[in-house]
Amino acid sequence: MTTTSEPPLQLTAGEQLVRPSASLGVLARPKGDVGWKSWLFTVDHKRIGIMYGAAALLFLVIGGIEALLIRLQLAVPGGNVLSEDAYNQVFTMHGVTMVFLVIMPMAAAFANYLLPLQVGARDVAFPRLNAFSLWCFLAGGIFLNTSWLLGGAPDGGWFGYAPNSGLVYSPSHGMDFYALGLQIAGIASLVSAINLIVTVLNMRTPGMSLWRMPVLTWMLLVVQFLLLFAIPVITVALFLLSFDRLFDANFFNVAAGADPLLWQHLFWIFGHPEVYILILPAFGIMSEVIPVFSRKPIFGYPFMVFSGIAIGFMGWGVWAHHMFTSGIGPVSVAVFSLSTMFIAVPTGVKILNWLATMWGGRIRFTTAMLYSVGAVAMFTIGGLSGVTHAISPADTQQTDTYYIVAHFHYVIFGGSLMGFLSGLYFWWPKAFGYKLNERWGKAGFWVLLVGFNLTFGPMHILGLQGMSRRIHSYAADSGFNLWNLVATVGAFVIAVGLLMFFWNIGISRRGARGAPPVGPDPWDARGLEWMTASPVPTHNFDREITVTRQDEFWHRKWGQDENGKVVRIAQAADVAHDGSATNVHLPSPSYWPVVVALGLPFVAYGLIYNLWLTGVGALLILGGLYAWVFEPPDDPEAHDHDDHHAEDPSGNGASGGGPSGGGPSGDENGAPADGGEAPELVGAAASGGSTVRAAGDQA
Amino acid sequence: MTDVAAPEPAVSAPAEGGHGAAAHPPTTTGLSHNKLAMWLFLGSECLLFGALIATYMFAKSRLPAGEIGPLDVFDIPFTSVSSFVLLMSSLTMVLALSALTRGEERNFRVWIVATALLGGTFIAGQVYEFTVFYNLGLGYTTNIFGSAFYTLTGFHGAHVTIGIVMLMSTLVASLRGRLSPRNAETVELIGLYWHFVDIVWILIFTIIYLFPQ
Repeated sequence: MTTTSEPPLQLTAGEQLVRPSASLGVLARPKGDVGWKSWLFTVDHKRIGIMYGAAALLFLVIGGIEALLIRLQLAVPGGNVLSEDAYNQVFTMHGVTMVFLVIMPMAAAFANYLLPLQVGARDVAFPRLNAFSLWCFLAGGIFLNTSWLLGGAPDGGWFGYAPNSGLVYSPSHGMDFYALGLQIAGIASLVSAINLIVTVLNMRTPGMSLWRMPVLTWMLLVVQFLLLFAIPVITVALFLLSFDRLFDANFFNVAAGADPLLWQHLFWIFGHPEVYILILPAFGIMSEVIPVFSRKPIFGYPFMVFSGIAIGFMGWGVWAHHMFTSGIGPVSVAVFSLSTMFIAVPTGVKILNWLATMWGGRIRFTTAMLYSVGAVAMFTIGGLSGVTHAISPADTQQTDTYYIVAHFHYVIFGGSLMGFLSGLYFWWPKAFGYKLNERWGKAGFWVLLVGFNLTFGPMHILGLQGMSRRIHSYAADSGFNLWNLVATVGAFVIAVGLLMFFWNIGISRRGARGAPPVGPDPWDARGLEWMTASPVPTHNFDREITVTRQDEFWHRKWGQDENGKVVRIAQAADVAHDGSATNVHLPSPSYWPVVVALGLPFVAYGLIYNLWLTGVGALLILGGLYAWVFEPPDDPEAHDHDDHHAEDPSGNGASGGGPSGGGPSGDENGAPADGGEAPELVGAAASGGSTVRAAGDQA
Repeated sequence: MTDVAAPEPAVSAPAEGGHGAAAHPPTTTGLSHNKLAMWLFLGSECLLFGALIATYMFAKSRLPAGEIGPLDVFDIPFTSVSSFVLLMSSLTMVLALSALTRGEERNFRVWIVATALLGGTFIAGQVYEFTVFYNLGLGYTTNIFGSAFYTLTGFHGAHVTIGIVMLMSTLVASLRGRLSPRNAETVELIGLYWHFVDIVWILIFTIIYLFPQ
């Protein structure tokens, strides 16, 4: 094997980094940093993060339209907007889309963009695997949604209970798309989990000990571990379902002795950690936003971290509370009832800590802060209704009613999605260099909050009145009319609120033209990600940062005078890097992540329709993987032809390997900031004036 | 698989003109990225096989009386021999890595081929076993035991096969002169994977073959 896996250069400073004498790879690598190809083949964690986010927002629109269809159908008794069959497909795809194609990739967007920045790294540990995760997720999402055009979408509910999702009760190809599409998306999550764990554990900048990491980094780390161990379990469940449906296996064939509980156990052993996979990233985001806009450090940092870890562990011991009515026996019910009550404790700790962070703070109610506070409040309501599920006698009454629907929308929409919106408003200037309009943002927040409560608040009542979830229509004399109508009105108010968000992006973008740049630190924030230019340059930081305490960046801006009063000691612009470094070694773009990811839907279509297609997909994957391995370690142009350096300011100068480099010239360009304690990243900036871009220009 | 086992980063090579560059870019834990990633991947694999084994045991316990089951098909002596063959391949894998780190390329190739051959023998034994079982009347769709048994052992067999492909890839790389002690970690990682698959077989053999009731 040769060389590949280009390391995202650790910010090891001063040294001229040298590539091996001969390029062992045999295939060219893509180049350039503008145009669609530069996005398609990019390995830059920031671009990948942005694409994750954009895809998640696109799927949010699709899932939102499905939600509106559901609410239209249920607005009045005896609705006839959708047929029974179409209704099954719409609510199934609404759930699948929102869980797997909106919330999870949105969390991946934040993780990709922010994790390397927050730990002060150059990129993730495996940039090409990172690109592969993105395309793999997208391939899975698109594959799933093509089922609409190919004879019907999945119709067995988002948790696809077998044997209900088997061939007998779901004869269309829908559930095949479900099983295979989630399998593909699962590969993306698994690969990404490994990648991000290695990044956090292995690529922290000097001084960034685990206990100095921001809470968001911690929460995302916990989430990646949950993914690492939860994904293989659903992988098995989905394989079994696929084998049953495609190859006539007997795993869920009750006539052959199978037990439907098998699917329920496998699914929920994945499914309950999944719940925390959905919410913990939002917890992390809220833990970043609230301190900044309260002008206080996070209250009880160790408690925040430990409660997140505790949730991560305890999340494995509560899955059967989804199955209280499945007949799992009184002992199991009692045990899982207790463990479910216990897991509310670390969650409550977090809520109290956010409140204590705000207590006595000088609160600025920006849009980001509003969304975070809103998320805390809404999640608390959802958490409390969750505790009522822990009490199994009550849960027996609530199971499969709209009360459950109300509960999980309060935690997933009210908690996760609102947390993500907070994060979008908060980090938008960091990613794009301009702020989103605050007035539209705040108006949008209030519309969304009102719409949200109008929609999901009444569902508590409907559920307690006995309205089952997933029913296609209800009779006029059931007593459900009023609150269903209110919920439908609320759903359209939510839609308006989200449209205002999208509209805000448009007008803010237009308004930002010609406006002064926002600078590196528009919010007076605390994390390392604010310590570089906005938008973040491709190479992240100009120099290695040495961390001496938590909230390093904030402490470089603020100190105490002799009376213990907090005073500004430096301007953010002076502390932050200006992104002007050159010669930072960057991982080169690559064709192969896209190729390998493209092979997966071929395999999946082939399994459903024609095995020849599977062969094509397998060849794409195999060929792509070998090409991946034999890819040159870096941009061969910059290496083989040193003369390119002259007209190629990018040129990965760090690799020059030869005369262009030399250690001694480092001092001129290594900017003096960082209190002088940080060794310089930039060796010799001699070869060109401008910022290094990934892998050279179009030359 | 291949990507996880991707070799050490390019910069690790102390090439000519290396201005005293560190052999490895330092990592926070001291473990290389690739090795840490492989351990994480194997941790994830534990859950994969854990779920498969649990499924098998659950399915077996629900096999209706009178249907063809484990006691009707298993041939313990035969499977013991093929298990022994697979476990021996772990030994040759260790010898291959040790030869490579000492720069003994010829020995490395011998041991890698031996490892792949032992793995191949195991797979051949599995194919033979499946054929015998099928002829005894146990097909994939015959009953719940058949589905679970073939799925579990099939997943394991697929893992061994992928391992063989990786071993042969290192052999080709070595024959083309692209493998040196510098790349020993790549082989070490493939070895980790190989040993893991062997350990899983120990579990499968014990739980499935030795306790067929």
